[in-house]
Amino acid sequence: MADGAVPRFWREIPQRYNLIGNQCGSCSKIYFPPRESCPYCRRKSMGKMKVLKLKGQGEVLTYSIIYNAPEHFERQTPYPIAIIKLDEGPKVTAQIVDCKLDDVKIGMRVQSTFRKIHEDGYIGAIYYGYKFKPIEVK
Amino acid sequence: MKDVGIVSYGAHIPRLRIKSSDIANAWGKNPETITSSLGVIEKSVPSPDQDVATISVEAARAALARCNIDPQDIGAVYVGSESHPYAVKPTGTIVGEAISATPILKVADYEFACKAGTAAIQTCMALVKSEMVDYGIAIGADTSQAAPGDALEYAASAGGAAFIIGREKIIANINETCSFTTDTPDFWRREGRKYPAHGGRFTGAPAYFRHVISNAQNLMGSANSKPEDYNYAVFHQPNGKFPLRVAKMLGFTPDQVKQGLLCPIIGNTYSGSTMLGLASVLDIAEPGNRIFVASYGSGAGSDAFDITVTEFIKEFPHEKAPLVSELIEKKQYVDYSTYAKYRDLLYED
Amino acid sequence: MMRDVAIIGIGVTKFGELWDKSFRNLMAEAGSKALFDSGISGSELDALYVGSMSTGRFIGQEHIGALVADWSGFAHMHIPAIRVESACASGGLAVRQGYFSVASGMNDVVVVGGVEKMTDVVGDEATDTLATGLDQEWEAFFGATFPGIYAMIATRHMYDYGTTREQLAKVAVKNHANGALNPYAQFKRAIPLEKVLNSPMTAYPLTMLDCSPVSDGAAAVVLCAADKAKNYTDKPVKIIGTGQASDTLALHGRREICTFDSTVYAGKKAYEQAKLQPKDIDVAEVHDCFTIAEILAIEDLGFVKKGEGGKAIDEKITTLDGKTPVNTSGGLKAKGHPVGATGVAQIAEIVMQLRGDAGERQVKDAKIGLTHNVGAVGASCVVHILEAI
Repeated sequence: MADGAVPRFWREIPQRYNLIGNQCGSCSKIYFPPRESCPYCRRKSMGKMKVLKLKGQGEVLTYSIIYNAPEHFERQTPYPIAIIKLDEGPKVTAQIVDCKLDDVKIGMRVQSTFRKIHEDGYIGAIYYGYKFKPIEVK
Repeated sequence: MKDVGIVSYGAHIPRLRIKSSDIANAWGKNPETITSSLGVIEKSVPSPDQDVATISVEAARAALARCNIDPQDIGAVYVGSESHPYAVKPTGTIVGEAISATPILKVADYEFACKAGTAAIQTCMALVKSEMVDYGIAIGADTSQAAPGDALEYAASAGGAAFIIGREKIIANINETCSFTTDTPDFWRREGRKYPAHGGRFTGAPAYFRHVISNAQNLMGSANSKPEDYNYAVFHQPNGKFPLRVAKMLGFTPDQVKQGLLCPIIGNTYSGSTMLGLASVLDIAEPGNRIFVASYGSGAGSDAFDITVTEFIKEFPHEKAPLVSELIEKKQYVDYSTYAKYRDLLYED
Repeated sequence: MMRDVAIIGIGVTKFGELWDKSFRNLMAEAGSKALFDSGISGSELDALYVGSMSTGRFIGQEHIGALVADWSGFAHMHIPAIRVESACASGGLAVRQGYFSVASGMNDVVVVGGVEKMTDVVGDEATDTLATGLDQEWEAFFGATFPGIYAMIATRHMYDYGTTREQLAKVAVKNHANGALNPYAQFKRAIPLEKVLNSPMTAYPLTMLDCSPVSDGAAAVVLCAADKAKNYTDKPVKIIGTGQASDTLALHGRREICTFDSTVYAGKKAYEQAKLQPKDIDVAEVHDCFTIAEILAIEDLGFVKKGEGGKAIDEKITTLDGKTPVNTSGGLKAKGHPVGATGVAQIAEIVMQLRGDAGERQVKDAKIGLTHNVGAVGASCVVHILEAI
């Protein structure tokens, strides 16, 4: 990620802030991030991809704890990273926050939260987006 | 004139905490003396991925979760803070985008030390009352800075609250508001500097106490009310002691102050301080309850509000977002070295 | 109709932190060794292919085809020079492109190189560059690292199949033992299991010694129409199967976390072309950029059933004297992993094995060998099957 690459971040804001995906008007399959066309319906899906906001709840399919991270993630180490299967179907890779490292487990229910993902040093832009936290069982 | 008031609200407090005694030990001070003289047991600490934008977004989303307002009907977002992530570039645009209220939206960031959030409430009230907007969101949030070793370090914490101001289905009517402002440099942070500076004991009598007391008396004068007319009183809380002392000086009892007094267990959330106190009161308030609110911002000024809780609070779905007490209970302690790493204290100003 | 293609020459440099060798030095060294080994004079060459992942970031140089042709001494011949990129599978893919050009009849003799110079950058730059093989927008942006993504596969493999950290570590132990017998390896030393388990955690459950190193190195092979191969060498090795497949760039986009479908499909194509089965493979070089990657590879290539990769390590199926010896060179783990060079070096190792030239690490009676080269976390994969003629 080149420093100062603001347009590249800016154009993904709807996805990163609000989990905006899309749905194929032909087969109803849901995509995140949104796709130009449905890989399964192809031609039939052209012009029929509908914008869809995902609810941000899902389940941890697998995880790792990152101890060695790139410079702009160093202050956050060690941090859990996971693949989360969202209830609507799509899967995403994101950090798990607001729990102890030992609490992260396959199968745990999580919901999205709004966090700082990283920043471009002390003078560059700050990039925000989704991370996930455990769903409280009341 | 149409009624104007709070339609919904939400709060956010980071999960990490540090004990005052741990900070005291790091600097070789007596932990008991420090804790009892400031009245602060522990304070909230933002993790490296939390700042005023993320706290504001979480609080605003919590407020929206508790009402059926289409985010597109929100006409204004004002975020008050003294620790905006950017010196130039608004926090409010991040919030507006994250709650899907853009692009037909009035936005500005406010700064008035610890009272920027209540100033945002007043702005939203004016816009709503004049029907320039249907709803406005006023947010007060901070991840306040304190130089390592400074007395501020024991209290400067993180948190915030968002209030949706509107004309319909008001859960708490704002009957009256007034402000008291003078140029009193008791606390400041210069442009480009990392940590604030302050006038020590000068922050007390001529600053906090003069402004809060004068403004409180003005408000009760115009509202024709007395301290005993109120069920709750919320004051700005730079430490655990000032709000109780100012309440006593004005004639309020500790019982009236208790529910809104959070500083002893989460620290001073600066622009979030009075706002979170009010949110805590609304978490348990009942129809007809009257709430007195007076914020304080160094520099210096105070905003005061006379509020009456309405029948709508009965159907208000508090459970759709965390209560302030739940946010306070959910915590994980860090030691001073982790705190230093997370708060970026290892780099010089 | 495609014609048969044979490998008539191989050349590899030492792999490792080669402070005194430049990108150009390395490629020229491997290339001239391969040409010398093949017996061709050089003027027979019709084209040059080179696999390299990220010269732009590693040495600030693009236009690699021309550079390699020039510094290998072919500029005055004006032969076509083509650079091929598919992350860590760049080398294997370059071999496949060279193979196509000869099989099609367009070219008779081509040289294929693979090279990476990774130690001319400092700090995190080498690992950050490797991570460009991930999905930058939807994985790396959120804090996923290259070891982290493989670690997530390991976590799920442990959960689904009971694979243990000890089994992962045993892959490193086995490959270091093999590397100790390879004069070109970066780590020519065996390591005990405890050392792998107790080395610092990189990305749970993978420790530093579960990961392949940052390396410099180059490898080259000379390909020739099979019917002309005996003109140059007594020991040609035929490419009897080649397969390539792709998958979603991000791991989270896949059908399954613990299977690389790209390996399964590339393997299937190669086995079909060779008319062989996994059990027919005598020796294999698979892509063990992390220990979990070798476990996945031996499952996805059909050497063992899905989920039994960990057990196979315990049962020593893949050791030098096992049923299917895997990574006799030391693998990426111990031999080193100059990414662009890896796929070509794998071919060179199998050629050595099939010629019977592998010295102390020679697999007895090896007739059929397989190479498996993966791009990043399995978004691309190239498989080749070779046979001694």
